[in-house]
Amino acid sequence: MNAQTPARAAPLVVAKDLARFFDVSKPLLNRLIERTGRQVLRAVDGVDFEIARGETLSLVGESGCGKSTVARLVVGLYRPSRGTMSFDGQDMAGVTAQADIARIRKRFQMIFQDPYASLNPRWRVGRIIAEPIVVHGLMSDPAEIKARVGELLRQVGLSPADSEKYPHEFSGGQRQRISIARALSSNPEFLVCDEPTSALDVSVQAQILNLMKELQRQLGLTYLFISHNLAVVYYISDRVGVMYLGRLVELGDKKSIFTRPQHPYTRMLLDAIPDLEMSGRPRTPVAGEVPNPIDPPPGCAFNPRCPYANERCTRERPEPKPSPTGAMVACHAVEEGRLPELVRDYAPPAV
Amino acid sequence: MSVEPLLEVRNLRVEFPTRRGTLVAVDDISFSIAPGEVLGVVGESGAGKSLTGAAIIGLLEPPGRVAGGEIRLDGKRIDNLPYEAMRRIRGREIGAIFQDPLTSLNPLYTVGRQLTETILTHLDVDEAEARARAIKLLQDVGIPAAERRIDHYPHQFSGGMRQRVVIALALCANPRLIVADEPTTALDVSIQAQIITLIKRLCRDHGASVMLVTHDMGVIAETADRVAVMYAGRIAEIGPVRDVIKRAKHPYTEGLMGSIPKLGGSETKLAQIDGAMPRLTAIPKGCAFNPRCPKVFGRCREERPEPIQVGDTKVACWLYDSANKAAAE
Amino acid sequence: MDLVRRALDSDIYWSFKRSPVVVTAAIVTILVFAGAIFAPWIAPQNPFDLRQLNLMDASLPPVWSAEGTSQYPLGTDTQGRDVLSTILFGSRISLLVGFLSVIFAMFLGVSLGLIAGYMGGTVDAVIMRIADVQLSFPAILIALLIDGVARVVIPRELHHEIAIYVLILAIGFSGWVQYARTVRGSCLVEKSKEYVQAARVIGRHPIAIMAQHVLPNVMGPVLVIATIHLALAIITEATLSFLGVGVPPTEPSLGTLIRIGNNYLFSGEWWITVFPGLALVIMVLAVNLLGDWLRDALNPKLR
Repeated sequence: MNAQTPARAAPLVVAKDLARFFDVSKPLLNRLIERTGRQVLRAVDGVDFEIARGETLSLVGESGCGKSTVARLVVGLYRPSRGTMSFDGQDMAGVTAQADIARIRKRFQMIFQDPYASLNPRWRVGRIIAEPIVVHGLMSDPAEIKARVGELLRQVGLSPADSEKYPHEFSGGQRQRISIARALSSNPEFLVCDEPTSALDVSVQAQILNLMKELQRQLGLTYLFISHNLAVVYYISDRVGVMYLGRLVELGDKKSIFTRPQHPYTRMLLDAIPDLEMSGRPRTPVAGEVPNPIDPPPGCAFNPRCPYANERCTRERPEPKPSPTGAMVACHAVEEGRLPELVRDYAPPAV
Repeated sequence: MSVEPLLEVRNLRVEFPTRRGTLVAVDDISFSIAPGEVLGVVGESGAGKSLTGAAIIGLLEPPGRVAGGEIRLDGKRIDNLPYEAMRRIRGREIGAIFQDPLTSLNPLYTVGRQLTETILTHLDVDEAEARARAIKLLQDVGIPAAERRIDHYPHQFSGGMRQRVVIALALCANPRLIVADEPTTALDVSIQAQIITLIKRLCRDHGASVMLVTHDMGVIAETADRVAVMYAGRIAEIGPVRDVIKRAKHPYTEGLMGSIPKLGGSETKLAQIDGAMPRLTAIPKGCAFNPRCPKVFGRCREERPEPIQVGDTKVACWLYDSANKAAAE
Repeated sequence: MDLVRRALDSDIYWSFKRSPVVVTAAIVTILVFAGAIFAPWIAPQNPFDLRQLNLMDASLPPVWSAEGTSQYPLGTDTQGRDVLSTILFGSRISLLVGFLSVIFAMFLGVSLGLIAGYMGGTVDAVIMRIADVQLSFPAILIALLIDGVARVVIPRELHHEIAIYVLILAIGFSGWVQYARTVRGSCLVEKSKEYVQAARVIGRHPIAIMAQHVLPNVMGPVLVIATIHLALAIITEATLSFLGVGVPPTEPSLGTLIRIGNNYLFSGEWWITVFPGLALVIMVLAVNLLGDWLRDALNPKLR
């Protein structure tokens, strides 16, 4: 990403060639009987990105593209099969001392997709929110912890009295607020948000998105935001990465992605957004579906669906290269300049 | 609108008896669908939109039941039919498409067998004709190599292809009404567009009416002719899709539209409706939306608004009552 | 107060109230348990206190027979012991062995199940294969085996004193697999839920996650199994005692009573064996009915 970040301060999060493979082989006995080999799912296969302090990077893509796996790699729920993840200049794989791990751990937190599964149903809300405080030993006086939990609840738009209740007494949106309060309780700098609003109704989604923006402004938070919804991504992010079958096909700032999308897949995704303005713009249905990630097509993984694919695309895998818009794009057609120029008309209003 | 409606729902009420009293999930709603028309029914979870669909196809999960009102298909009442008679109408006259294509298909039978069986049940044809028709349907819904794919099992199809098979299944007997409950929710955006285009084209070709139940305004905007916005078991607003989306009248619809993030829209703050839809156990008195409504006034807290005709739209909101015209201006 | 009100308002209490069979089973269970626990105070006689026995009263039939007396409502055995009292004292031993072996099996099974489910991999494979192997033997055989080994290993003079503990261990060991399998299954489900991942992101130790997050959420099915297992454990104990490898005759359980009484069945003194047998059936049936109901009440799908 060197081409686009010359003037920036040192990024908070850097992922280099991050990859995660899963062994999805059948049991040994089946393999012997059916004479099949091991099967490896390359959920994430070499992803590079940086996130600067206070900015939001969104990863967007269809189901199975590996975006949620990236989120779990970043917070350390999975160990990378290849590549490195560094946080504030420290390579996470190199941190082995318990004390150091704990010190870094409290600086980032995660918000999950399913508000019904992300809170322990047997715990009271107060205990859920206080868990990071207690685990990291940030406070020990129960009265002090209670006051802090009350403050956090108020910060996310709930009442301190709610700490006595159980999660099932709350609606989906309120539970997501509790999740956010828990994530904020250790005063983190960096939040990884895995589809935090996709299980919510639109009116509630707006509340949560507004809350997240507001918190980012107040607390100077850095977000990695995972979503399949481009309109949500448009609202929340500063920079956007588009993923397809475990790789980043395009990564750039929001303006360039939304107004001058380069990669054919990015263009396809943008065309597929439902037209709420009823401008009469036909939603272009795209032929084909995402291929099986266990057995991706050779060359560029998008080539069977790509209208611009040629022989080179079926043979050679494109590497991310800086494009004229400043975005990193992994596409032979873009590199060779054989893509038609496309400027979309919904330029963001001047801020 | 001089055409006889194909489907007419009048004062429909769906109840769930529970040990804490009866919950009214759909409360006195009325609407109609003209032949060939696509009616979108939109609302947030718990608004009663799926239950309305289920009541029409006669597949309400017990203990839920139709407790009042009537449903007429082509002028004939279908809400009080015995199970057998309703089963014949379902499939023959009304086709159903559900959210999850995996559970709508029997994993133990080939799609061909499921299609031909449905065709044989409802149409007077022999086996060979049924199979030919099944292949034709699969081609219609855009499944490549239909002659070969017809003998495959559901698990051999991808999610998008499976949903196409479900649509083919719903079309088997050339029904005049299709009830589609969140047909695209389980699918990726790029596949969504394909399925929506398909549903629209098929309805045009087959002349069927569609009741499209979804929470996704985008899908409605692209597919529906008219749309009904549901809130807490009632219809807040029903009218031509363009009017409802571009010139929303009910404060709820207005808030809902504002809260959807849009490309080119605001990047600093989305319009938001505070609070959440009430649970069925605690629906407020008067207008169900009044505690969240930015334009609430005294009457909304006391009296429940009935649908009021405003242009081509019907709005259940006191702002549009002639006595309150001043407030609306 | 608040807890009582919540309990009375809960769905479980509601489903309890609606089923007369379950209410009856609960009342019978409470009566049987109370009878066993308070046996020394409510039994007409202490059958193990030789001073209270009168050989003159031996082999009396129940009170409704011509020769019965109201002093011994269910008759007496060949040594003049009141059958009702022996049943009350016997239930005490049966329930004690049942409860302790269930607790032992539960502790063992839940711990191993949690470890297998949470750790996965080789640990999981080893634990679950052991469970599979054990499942291919009947529980009673396992218990007999452990009992037999213990008899060889432990010095003869200690046999009587520790026989009951050996029995508890034997029955417990034969029953842990059920718990382990269930807990492992629930643990795999819970482990993939996001609240467990959230705890991992916070950096909690795996043991803390197992104990505080996973364990409370897998206890529902465990309680159901425990209830049903209690009935099974009582039966196993009775079987072992009937076979003569259970508790010593000096402290007879229901099983021992049935075995002893069995010898007199053909000489016409049927009450010595039939009443303990009936008591066992009633106890096990009541506990089993409660267990079945609990399983259905806790299963959200059936509600």
